[in-house]
Amino acid sequence: MPVNDAKDQKLLEVIGLKKFFPIRRGFLRKTVGYVRAVDNVNFFIRKGETLSLVGESGCGKTTTSRCILRAVNPTAGKVLFRTDGDSVVDVAALSQSRIRPLRKQMQMIFQDPYSSLDPRMTLLDIVGEPLLVNGVGNRQERMDRVSELLKLVGLRPEYMRRFPHAFSGGQRQRIGIARALALNPSLVVADEPVSALDVSVQAQILNLMLDLQAQLGLTYLFVAHDLSVVKHISDRIAVMYVGQIVEMVETGALFSAPKHPYTEALLSAVPKPDPRLRSERIVLEGEVADPANPPSGCYFHPRCRYAVDICRQQTPELREISPGHFAACHRSRELTLSGVSLS
Amino acid sequence: MEKSLKPFISVQNLKTYFFADEGITKAVDGASFDLYREKTLGVVGESGCGKSVTARSILRIVERPGKIVEGHIYLRRKGAGGVEMEEDLTTLKPDSREMRDIRGKEIGLVFQEPMTSFSPVHTVGSQIIEAILLHQKVSKKEARNRAIEQLRLVGIPKPERRVDEFAFELSGGLRQRAMIAMALSCDPTLLIADEPTTALDVTTQAQILDLLRQLQEQRGMAIMLITHNLGVVAEMSDDVVVMYLGRVVEQGPVDDIFHAPKHPYTRALLRSIPSINSAPRVKLPTISGSIPHPFNRPPGCAFHPRCPEFMPGTCDKSEPELAAVGDRQRVSCFLYPLGGK
Repeated sequence: MPVNDAKDQKLLEVIGLKKFFPIRRGFLRKTVGYVRAVDNVNFFIRKGETLSLVGESGCGKTTTSRCILRAVNPTAGKVLFRTDGDSVVDVAALSQSRIRPLRKQMQMIFQDPYSSLDPRMTLLDIVGEPLLVNGVGNRQERMDRVSELLKLVGLRPEYMRRFPHAFSGGQRQRIGIARALALNPSLVVADEPVSALDVSVQAQILNLMLDLQAQLGLTYLFVAHDLSVVKHISDRIAVMYVGQIVEMVETGALFSAPKHPYTEALLSAVPKPDPRLRSERIVLEGEVADPANPPSGCYFHPRCRYAVDICRQQTPELREISPGHFAACHRSRELTLSGVSLS
Repeated sequence: MEKSLKPFISVQNLKTYFFADEGITKAVDGASFDLYREKTLGVVGESGCGKSVTARSILRIVERPGKIVEGHIYLRRKGAGGVEMEEDLTTLKPDSREMRDIRGKEIGLVFQEPMTSFSPVHTVGSQIIEAILLHQKVSKKEARNRAIEQLRLVGIPKPERRVDEFAFELSGGLRQRAMIAMALSCDPTLLIADEPTTALDVTTQAQILDLLRQLQEQRGMAIMLITHNLGVVAEMSDDVVVMYLGRVVEQGPVDDIFHAPKHPYTRALLRSIPSINSAPRVKLPTISGSIPHPFNRPPGCAFHPRCPEFMPGTCDKSEPELAAVGDRQRVSCFLYPLGGK
């Protein structure tokens, strides 16, 4: 339960979150099974912190973030959010009408800056829309706020009458960020915010996000598949595999001393931009398990090179291995896994 | 051994322009490089740098209104009577018999999007069989066996069954493997892989890169690996070509490119990429601005508006030539006059 310690205050706490999508077949659309997209996920984010959810496609990282924003309704679990008024509400249990005022406090940055901005709206309309919808200020005040926001994200306020097509991918992502910040949210969910951008522009957006966090005290939930990107923005990282968190720890420790074999394999698979670091990679056999029909025991065991009998039979719990370091692996205490070295 | 010292394909001052009503887009504007057997050439660059158009130019599959306006693409192969000869692909008609013969047989192509590059209404097998029948004089049954053998070679489990499946029935990784099987079905001398792993997850990417390396060892083919991912280039290439807005800005052996980059763009790019080996939560040095549209190409050196070492009066006035700097690298930048340091 949330602690009232100002420094370590949890802005968001997710408890036992589940989201199952029914698989329907036949004429009567009978439910024949469930895709366990998010399967008992627990984590929290402290105020002013960045937590990243990483994993491969289909691991449930996006569905988790959408459950938190109630863009989809979770099947089970609690999403405890500390509001501006310092009360804690369960977002998962609220009715649609009571969610609305909360949406001001949680905003989203989208992946694709090309399809997430309406080509028929000017920057003023796009960035000002959250203000308009929530009835903030009059016309002049909204314009002032938009110009302030554009300056904040490094765009010239004179551009506010222009349309998105006049801007490059990086600039469009800045517009998306300005829109997300319009209502002074406390939590910003960013789903793959740089993966559609050119490499030389990714760094600009990551730096901007770090600056804004320092300036405005934002809390980020960052969803991404690219571990190098995640490393540059996160305080803590949660690695997901087939709907579950398999490891969660502070950023440095995840890279230097991973405790789950899947994390180790992920780190090893990332191509390092240095030809002198070419090394034997751990190449995982087979494919990611099907979330509609997961294997017995630990979902990772068919691909795990450390798997023993217990892994095939029992599902490991996410346990605290050392202070602040959580892993869901039967053998995490005995295994010595290799991370990546700092260059 | 003498033979392998000569490039299989030599691209010289290639220019491919797109002629639209609004004006000319110079997608590739003077690219030169060589491809050798058994070697991997990495072609890196960001969107709009012309890396894909270069590959398409080599295969002569540039769509209209694109046209090769200048330059040569020499392909060295055994002609009639077993004598090695050089052919200039730019002089061939795109739909000529020779060109069709080269495509698939001499040069195989792997696209980025394995979903869209397979036909959704034909089985994967029938598409590979078609390629085999086009280039080899074998019976249908034999072609089918070869297709199954190819699928097995690229590591697809149960190939006898997979051969009759459609592309949508395969996962992303298997689809890309099938794509590679098709490209390799006629044992090409050069495999062009255009962003072969961009649509894949990292663990699948590692599998595909391993597969490519293995196949290269077995068959001794040349690989032209086109990617924007510097990590993939560092892991796979022997030599690297860095492109920016249609021009080669720097080329050389992979170690020199990553450890002694000469062109300001290469240097800035290497500094600005998020790396898994750097410390967490540090701010990255950035390249200011963004890539201009090829249609609005800046005058002089195309990189000058973003260049930290911009010299007014020089860089914005004339275009630098690609010239040797040191023994192994070639750079196009005015910082290196006359190719010296």
